Order: sequence, then C-alpha cells, then structure tokens
Amino acid sequence: MSQPLTIVVPVKHVPDAAGERVLAGSPPLLERTSGILSELDEYALEAAAQIVEAHGGAGAGHRVLALTMGPAGATDALKRALQLGADAGFHVLDDALAGSDAWVTARVLAAALERIARTEDRAVDLVLTGMAATDGETSLVPGQLAERLGLAHVGFASSLALAEDGASLTATRHTETEALQVVADLPALVAVTDQANTPRYPTFKAIMAAKKKPVQTWSVTDLGLDTDAVGLAGSLTEVLDAVPRPPRAAGEVVVDEGEGGIRLAEFLVARKLV
Amino acid sequence: MNFELDEEYQDLSDTVRDFADEVIAPVSARYDAAHEFPYDIVAQMGEMGLFGLPFPEEYGGMGGDYFALCLALEQIARVDQSVAITLEAGVSLGAMPIFRFGTEEQKQRWLPDLAAGQALAGFGLTEPEAGSDAGGTRTTAKREDGQWVVNGAKEFITNSGTDITRLVNVTAVTGTTELPDGRIRKDISTIIVPTDTPGFRAEKAYDKVGWNASDTHPLSLQDVRVPEENLLGEEGRGYANFLSVLDEGRIAIAALATGAAQGCVEESVRYAQERQSFGRPIGANQAVSFKIARMQARAHTARLAYYDAASRMLAGRPFKTQAAIAKLVAGEAAMDNARDATQVFGGYGFINEFRVARHYRDAKILEVGEGTTEVQLMLIARELGL
Repeated sequence: MSQPLTIVVPVKHVPDAAGERVLAGSPPLLERTSGILSELDEYALEAAAQIVEAHGGAGAGHRVLALTMGPAGATDALKRALQLGADAGFHVLDDALAGSDAWVTARVLAAALERIARTEDRAVDLVLTGMAATDGETSLVPGQLAERLGLAHVGFASSLALAEDGASLTATRHTETEALQVVADLPALVAVTDQANTPRYPTFKAIMAAKKKPVQTWSVTDLGLDTDAVGLAGSLTEVLDAVPRPPRAAGEVVVDEGEGGIRLAEFLVARKLV
Repeated sequence: MNFELDEEYQDLSDTVRDFADEVIAPVSARYDAAHEFPYDIVAQMGEMGLFGLPFPEEYGGMGGDYFALCLALEQIARVDQSVAITLEAGVSLGAMPIFRFGTEEQKQRWLPDLAAGQALAGFGLTEPEAGSDAGGTRTTAKREDGQWVVNGAKEFITNSGTDITRLVNVTAVTGTTELPDGRIRKDISTIIVPTDTPGFRAEKAYDKVGWNASDTHPLSLQDVRVPEENLLGEEGRGYANFLSVLDEGRIAIAALATGAAQGCVEESVRYAQERQSFGRPIGANQAVSFKIARMQARAHTARLAYYDAASRMLAGRPFKTQAAIAKLVAGEAAMDNARDATQVFGGYGFINEFRVARHYRDAKILEVGEGTTEVQLMLIARELGL
C-alpha cells in the first residue's frame, strides 16, 4: 500500500429498533429522545476496522473517521463508533437541520466530507455506510452522497476487500438471481449489508480509549451551507403524516373435525399461496 | 454518596448485556443439556477482553479493575450461570493469584494467555477434608533436587479439565511451624502445576445438579514434579494468600448471584405479561406481581451490597465483612428468586430447557461455593465480636 488510507463512516443515531418506538408531535415523527447507533452502521464500522487490520493495522497510519448529522443525542452514536474503532468523530449539529430528507442529508454529509478532508489535510479514499438506517429505511443517502462527491458507488455489498496496493476494491453484491463481483477504483463509496461481516463487541480497553478520542462539532454555516438550503426548507420531500403499522391481525384457527386438511388447503388457495 | 455507574462502567455493562443476550442466551440450554463446555463462547469472551478485565495492559489485560469484572459477571449470569462461573473462576481464582503473588517472570509467562481467554487456570484449594478450613489440607509438596514433588488430591476444581486448561494453582503443606503455645501449624504454600506435568490428572467430571456447562473435576497429584520456581508467592504464605483471594472472590460471586437473581426477575416479568389465565395476564394478579416485586427488591439489595464491597476494596479499605454480607445476601437472593420464578412459570418452570428451571438448578451452589452461607454468617458474627 502506497499511502495510509482515510476512511469515513457516516453513522446515524436512531431510536432502538428492539425497543418500543413512539410517534409524537405534528406531523408525527419517531421519538428521538433516546437512541442508539443504527445497528446497520456497525457493519460499516466493522468493515473499516477489518480493512485497517488487513493493511498493516493500527500502526500503519490509517484513519477511520465517524461522521454524524443529528441532534445533541447523536453524540451517543459517535461514541459507539469510536468504541468500535473509529479514530475521531465529527458531528454536524444545527437546529436548522430538523426535517431534512435524504436529499438534504446527502448534501450536508458531502459538505462535511469535504470539510473533513481539509481538516485532516488528506483526501478521503473510502466512504463506508450501512445499507439503510433502521428508522427511515430509504437507503437513498449512500447513492446520493456518492453522486455529489463524484465517487464510485457500490451499494448493498455483502463482501468487501481492498487490493494489496489500496488502489481498488472488490465487492460482492447479491441480487435476487445472481451474485455479482464488482471492482471499483478508489476513491469509492460502499454501502455494506448485514451479511458483510460480524460486528465486534467493544472491549473495555476500547471503551476507555474512546473517551479520549476527539469529536469536532460543526454547524451548517461552518460547512459553507445556507441554513435555508437544509432542513425542511431545503428538502424535496416532506412527511405529512405517519401512523403506526397496525398490529398483526389474529390468525385463523382451524379446528380439525375430520376435514382440517381440506380447510387448510382451501385457506392457502384462497390467498393464492398454492 | 453516589450509586450511579461511571460512563465507562455503564458502557461495559451494556456491551456485555448485549453479548449475553445475543450470543450466550440462544445456546445456553443446548450446552446445559449436553453438559458441554462452551469453547466457542469462551473464545469470543476472550476476544472481548473479558478474561483480562482487571489486569494491566502490559500483561495483556484491559486495564480495568475488579468492579468491571463484577459488572460483566452480573450481566452474563442473568442468562447463563455456567458461563459466568467459568469467567469468574478463570479470572478471580485462576489468573488473579498469579497477578497478585507471582514473580515478574511468572506473570510474563502465564498472564497474557490467561487474560486473552486462550488458556485457563484452576485454583486447587478444596480437598476431601479441607475447604474453608485449610488446616485440614493433606496435599504435600516436598523439595527434592530443586523441584517440588506434589502428592495429594483436590475436589471440586473449576476449569481444571478443559482442553485449554494450562495450569492449576495447588495449595499444599510444605512444612510445619511450632506456635508459641506449643501447637503445630501446617505451613501451606501455593505451587503452580502445569496440567501437562506427569502425575497430574483431572479425574472424571462431576455429574452436578447445575452449572452443567461449567468444567469441574476432582484432581489427583501423584509424584508431580515441577521446578522450584513454580512456588507462587512466599513459602508458607499460601494460607494467607488464598484467604485474600477468597475475600475478593466473594464479591465476584455476589455479582454473579445478583445477575442470576435479576435474570429470574426479567424472565418472570416477561412471562407474567404474556401468559393469560382466566382472561387476563397472570401478572395482573397481585399474588404474582407482588412475588415478582419482592424478587426485584432482593436483586436490588444484592446489587447494592456487592457495589459497596467492591468500592471499599478498590478504595483500599477493609471489605472482608462487606464481601461476606454481599455473598450471603446475593446467594440467598438468587436461590429465593429462582424458586419464586419457577412458581411464576408453573409447569414450564419444571422443564429443563426453560431458563428459570436452569436458574433453579444452578442457584443452589451459590449458597455453598466460595464459602457456605454458614461461613459467611460466621465471618459476620466474628466481626460483631460474637
């Protein structure tokens, strides 16, 4: 490898999908008072950590940088990213960001990535993202971000490996019918799936070390953006209403009185399942 | 006064909780039923650094402390006491004596693998006629040509017969001292016995009531010869040393028991909300909800007791009595909660694959191991001048 890598992992702070998620306000939005790092982002952080380990390890001068955009609580997501191996965190924090859709999010993240490159004084080689956030689930941001930055974009990668010289990457993408081997030159953006690896649990040493890692906070204007170009004002889409998914309807109990098999078959036929 | 955990302790506790729920819980019933040692889980715990929690980084540890270990034990024991005792014994009884009393060379040689969970050490103290009463120790170690020749037998030694067990710290009589009043006292020393030494044998594993996935064997030592430098700590100080190891160990066992008690609460709450009887969840009946409320109070009390003992220990203050109280209270909380949880579960509480049934079988030993309830009461009474 000719030069140490700079890898940026955009991460999102989301309500815990394993807990009870609450809609509140008008229009109703997911309650965000408490949350966690979007679980799908852990695969991107693990992919970054494995790339670093495979290319000389901690002493080789690589940088893994976690970036988040979100309210004050999003520092928790950054903290987790730092525990999982990121070297530093960057937080875009601004009230003007409220209501941002994927389009605006990609714009802000793109500006933040350019700012990171200037701050770190090194070009970003690789952007690794999760395949979706576990709240909005649009999966739009990675593609839009790659487009804005002019990076090669590999979506839904279920495996990822960097060439020995660090100049290109190979990824696997699984579609309904085939497995594609994809090659891309760096710089590139790869969105990894939950099949790409098994994220580690942070050690106590990593938990302690994370406390000492730096986190920089930027406002929208710090990134050279106008506040009216972000948030709801700058968004192309707007959530008008949200209703919780109705609870699953009770199943139909078939009591076998000699013709149970027939009734099961009729049930399946009526729903065109057989 | 502050009972809130510092951020790094809380993060560790949360991380181990996730690991316990996601990795250990799904396979616990299988290992328990098969009476099988969970090597893959131990390996993953090693990668997470759990076996190195209280040791400095220079020996491959995580640079944490004994309280960090306790928090991890509590979270694991909620779902699996066998895995928790494997960690507890590995760190607190196996590796800790080497860290505390070992020479620099012994520490360099043994600790990195032990702290990484790639090797395990046992603590060979208990004998057919000696447990908390170490004066009954029959195992001997005699010096011969620059070697210790160890002969004897040990009982109930945790982690002593796994494929990754590398050594057992064996207490043995190395001489006698005449006391001023004319009585003869046995000098007890600790000897590091690598498990591949000829004459060392881990006998057939016990068929236990619980802790089925934990590795426990009787040991036999016949003319086991190890180099003189395998003496761990000062000659004749083995008794004092193991007493201090046991004092600490009681806090760790109290943490483990607290986790077991809390696990019974969590299972009971979930089941009491789900299970319908007479058209409503059984938890809507005070006969059930009050039982679970009392279980929660026991778990909380046990936790405070071990937090107190651990904080005293870390502050370098006397903690012997507090450790005995924590062990007593938490051990009883685990047993009482396990009994109540199986009652909440009704018939399912008597089915082995249910977690509360496993807790019921596992909890009993918490009133016995590392000093029985009666030994704890004796220690507390002695402190009161009785």
